[in-house]
Amino acid sequence: MQESESALFLAFQLVMAGDADLLEIVGLSLRVSVTAVLLSCAIGLPVGALVASQRFRGRSLVILLMNALMGLPPVVIGLLVYLQLSASGPFGWLQWLYTPTAMILAQTLLVAPIVAALSRQVLEDLHDEYSEYFDSLCLSAWSRVSTLLVDARYSLLTVSLAGFGRAIAEVGAVMIVGGNINHYTRVMTTSIALETSKGDLPMALGLGIVLLMIALIVNALVMTLRSSAERFAYA
Amino acid sequence: MPESGSAVASSPFISVTGVSVIRNDQRLLDNVSVDLGDSEFSVIMGSNGAGKSLLMRVIHGLVAPDSGRVEVAGSVNPSGVTTRLHQAMVFQKPVLLRRSVAANVDHVIDSKLKDRRLQRDSVLDEVGLLSLAKRPARLLSGGEQQRLALARALALKPSVLLLDEPTASLDPASSQLIERIVQKVHDAGCKVIFVTHDIGQARRLADDVIFMHKGQVVEHRPAGQFFDSPASDPAAAYLRGELYV
Ligand SMILES: Nc1ncnc2c1ncn2[C@@H]1O[C@H](COP(=O)(O)OP(=O)(O)OP(=O)(O)O)[C@@H](O)[C@H]1O
Ligand SMILES: [Mg+2]
Repeated sequence: MQESESALFLAFQLVMAGDADLLEIVGLSLRVSVTAVLLSCAIGLPVGALVASQRFRGRSLVILLMNALMGLPPVVIGLLVYLQLSASGPFGWLQWLYTPTAMILAQTLLVAPIVAALSRQVLEDLHDEYSEYFDSLCLSAWSRVSTLLVDARYSLLTVSLAGFGRAIAEVGAVMIVGGNINHYTRVMTTSIALETSKGDLPMALGLGIVLLMIALIVNALVMTLRSSAERFAYA
Repeated sequence: MPESGSAVASSPFISVTGVSVIRNDQRLLDNVSVDLGDSEFSVIMGSNGAGKSLLMRVIHGLVAPDSGRVEVAGSVNPSGVTTRLHQAMVFQKPVLLRRSVAANVDHVIDSKLKDRRLQRDSVLDEVGLLSLAKRPARLLSGGEQQRLALARALALKPSVLLLDEPTASLDPASSQLIERIVQKVHDAGCKVIFVTHDIGQARRLADDVIFMHKGQVVEHRPAGQFFDSPASDPAAAYLRGELYV
């Protein structure tokens, strides 16, 4: 008890003092996860909007797959990416294994299905409301998709932040494909796992505190945006 | 079916022939045939659930009939796409985008045309919404929403304008404004098909009246004749303000 209390005290000191190691790790975490979420949105939002607004054969199967992919455990994705990128794998020549690029790739594969599946649900409801208007104007598939994406912007922001929450908090995928290399691929979650096993509780706790703060800030941001959207009846 | 089709003076422009729409074993439209000229102000009347909105959707090509066909300007159009391109429809329940009033109009203009600022402001001005252009559309009052929906339809510069109870939730002054706008559009050569429950309004606007009852067109006659001596029992009861079962 005594030990963990003083560890907590030291942790706060680390955070407040802006410890260089800690900042480096936090910085890489943010860079990897933000990039992965942006890529996931670039892929997942149009896919979600297309599936929501088009009727085609095999549509239910696609939705089923999307929803199933949403639940893939990060370690499994890490393993799959590892197999592709390892020296003997088909993409070994890229030499991405144990680089931040590999971590971005893995997190993108983790988050893109989440963004696609959640945005499909959000956009399908909106499409039900708008479809006669779209039909009346004879809009192209592309116009429908872009209208839906614009009009659901606030809900989609929530969706993308849910994706970010998943990316920043996962440990399995980045551990396997990043290797937790000091000063290169070490992120908050892998670092917490390592420092805890080493017994360096202040560092682990300090990172934990930062993770918590990020989660708090992100959620506060979502709440503010949503309430302003609701004020304009745009949500 | 008394005197169906006899109200058309000009050559039939929209021709609905033997159209039925069946859902869950119910004939929502039952063998409907009606010819509409290219210039008349046509008003569709009939009690709730008679099938007026559905007939509008069929004419607009949004609902494909289970049997029968719709011809517009002489060409049969099962998919409805090319007819829709020249038509604009104002729905009974307006669908408004989650954007500002101005952006709602821009959206329809973008789907068709360019130089939008000019057009947008002129149609908004026409329906009296220019001062509200920046407002979120979904915060407008019911009547303002209807007027915005009409402004969007006008921005399309259609050759056929379908209006499904566009004044249902409007105050008398706004109603009159809409009537004037629609009449102006009609005078400029646009075919108008107008659904209303307001008998006074129908008298003011209609050249011909299509009266529907339980999914059928029971009467289609010039407005004067229709209002003076309705030929069918349901229409007579409707004009007297009685429920006909
Ligand atoms: N997609 C649908 N599926 C099942 N029933 C439908 C559908 N669309 C319309 N109906 C039914 O068809 C009938 C006619 O509907 P419609 O909306 O055309 O009535 P209306 O004449 O416009 O009535 P109102 O004056 O109330 O607007 C109604 O009984 C309605 O419940
Ligand atoms: Mg109706």
